[in-house]
Amino acid sequence: MSELTLTVMRLGFLAVLWLFVIVAVQVIRSDLFGTKVTQRAARRAESGQRPPQQRQQAAPAPQRQQNRQRRGAPSKLVVTEGSLTGTTVALQGQTITLGRAHDSTIVLDDDYASSRHARIYPDRDGQWIVEDLGSTNGTYLDRARLTTPTPIPPGAPIRIGKTVIELRK
Amino acid sequence: MSSVSNTTTISSVGAPNRRNTELLMLLFAVAIPVLAYANVGLAKNGSVPAGMLGYGLGLGLIAGVAHVMVRKFAPYADPLMLPIATLLNGLGLVLIYRLDLEPSITTKALGGPRAPGQLMWSALAVALFVAVLVFLKDHRILQRYTYISGVAALLLLVAPMFFPAVNGSKLWIIIPGLGSIQPGEFAKIILAIFFSGYLMVKRDALALASRRFMGLYLPRGRDLGPILVIWALSMMILVVETDLGSTLLYFGLFVVMLYVATERTSWIVFGLLLAAGGATVVGLTSPHVKVRVDQWLNPFAGIAQHGATEAAQVMWSFGSGGVLGSGLGQGYSRLIGGIGVKSDYILATVGEELGLCGLMAILLLYGLLVERGVRTALAARDPFGKLLAIGLSSAMALQVFVVAGGVTGLIPLTGMTMPFLAQGGSSVVANWALVAILLRISDTARRPAPAPASSPDAEPTQVVRL
Repeated sequence: MSELTLTVMRLGFLAVLWLFVIVAVQVIRSDLFGTKVTQRAARRAESGQRPPQQRQQAAPAPQRQQNRQRRGAPSKLVVTEGSLTGTTVALQGQTITLGRAHDSTIVLDDDYASSRHARIYPDRDGQWIVEDLGSTNGTYLDRARLTTPTPIPPGAPIRIGKTVIELRK
Repeated sequence: MSSVSNTTTISSVGAPNRRNTELLMLLFAVAIPVLAYANVGLAKNGSVPAGMLGYGLGLGLIAGVAHVMVRKFAPYADPLMLPIATLLNGLGLVLIYRLDLEPSITTKALGGPRAPGQLMWSALAVALFVAVLVFLKDHRILQRYTYISGVAALLLLVAPMFFPAVNGSKLWIIIPGLGSIQPGEFAKIILAIFFSGYLMVKRDALALASRRFMGLYLPRGRDLGPILVIWALSMMILVVETDLGSTLLYFGLFVVMLYVATERTSWIVFGLLLAAGGATVVGLTSPHVKVRVDQWLNPFAGIAQHGATEAAQVMWSFGSGGVLGSGLGQGYSRLIGGIGVKSDYILATVGEELGLCGLMAILLLYGLLVERGVRTALAARDPFGKLLAIGLSSAMALQVFVVAGGVTGLIPLTGMTMPFLAQGGSSVVANWALVAILLRISDTARRPAPAPASSPDAEPTQVVRL
């Protein structure tokens, strides 16, 4: 065998071996880029940019939020911070319970949450109300600790322990 | 996202059934060893070896049977594990065949040509692989045999004590006239089953019911007792049998699984401390190990007086390979002394003939195999499956680390076989069984969930839609 043939075979074999490795990585690429976990992460990044805007918006115009409320009711509840970030729950007129209890609508895995922490429900006019269910560490709407059932302005963050929830359209 | 839960659910977006991808990869995986075979023949004899067709067909048949069985019995299993295992096994066969062509290391005393035997063992291994897929319908069945597995693992580890030592280690059960099996290879799977079954039940007690001592969490004796007893016994047996590599493997498996089950970093600290202590004690007391450590620290000492050690010869072969290697069939691995050229030191041949480039590709293949195992563990829905998958894949990872680290001089050399690649019947059979169990878990994990039956009162509680 000529030296050239052997060299070509030697390098060719290495190339084929590496081709296999690369093809194998391509096969599992969907794991790296196409899973639902990555989607969650993307939302987290998105929500990471959001809080400053909310603060600017929440402070000056509570009235404008009232107007917006009439135009369109929120259609979903979004968890924007905490271990469940990215979870959405469709608002279909049902009561949503939050807490560590396993039968809650949103089961919070949060050391600061009580087992039945809060609930969110629509009143007769379709306005969404958040009510604290006597939790230990409290439920916060925007910055204020809830004492009575309170209507939720759209976009206002509801904080329970490390978890932040918003109602969105 | 179709449900709200505390655990992260990882599922791929596309169709989970990827059998056709697997078939294509498998064809590729059979073609590469055939090419290597031709390569060896051309380099050694100047012609394509006569047995190439038969060899390729043999490997293709083994792979084909495995694929059809996976298609039938584990249709949603991971598409990559089988092709990678086939490729590594095929490459191992070619490397052993290539070393068989060297007359000086294929003498009668060393057992003659090894490739035919290895091919037979591979066929047997795939038969066991198929049997596991057919008869193990659900990996959770293994959970019922938690304590039986613990005892069985111990028996397997004890058994070689009653047989004569081979090459300074009592690792083999020798059946006269039939050959020998190495029960340690099977013990790692069975031990992983025991650890996962036990830790699944006790992990909360181990993680939570603990005292804090100097910043570390110490679990209660009654929770830790059984596992510590099993572990200590296996350690003692291994030290008596002077099988250092397996000791490292089982110890690592133990620490990894405890850590994964309890999420307590203190286990890593304990593990490293115990490993350091144990290594020092064994290194100082056992003469067999002492020699290995000396060779590891000073591989080139005393070459003028009593010739080069195996450790030095292996390093020379890596060096002579360089980045791109000498080409298959053109290296000088026959110069490595001793009996381990086709088994323990097979990576030296890879390093010399395929170079750093080829060695990295091989190590990446192992990495991918382990990654698929860890992925399976992440995707598995039941805690037993999670622990078992992580245990089996970390056993594989640790074994690769111990062998590759030993051969390349990162850690002292210990006699273990490279999974799939090295010559050794028990190793091939055990590792194919290991892959079969992983495929079974991954089939269960990736199988699409059945559509929930609509019940009239589901509406008030059914909330999450995306």
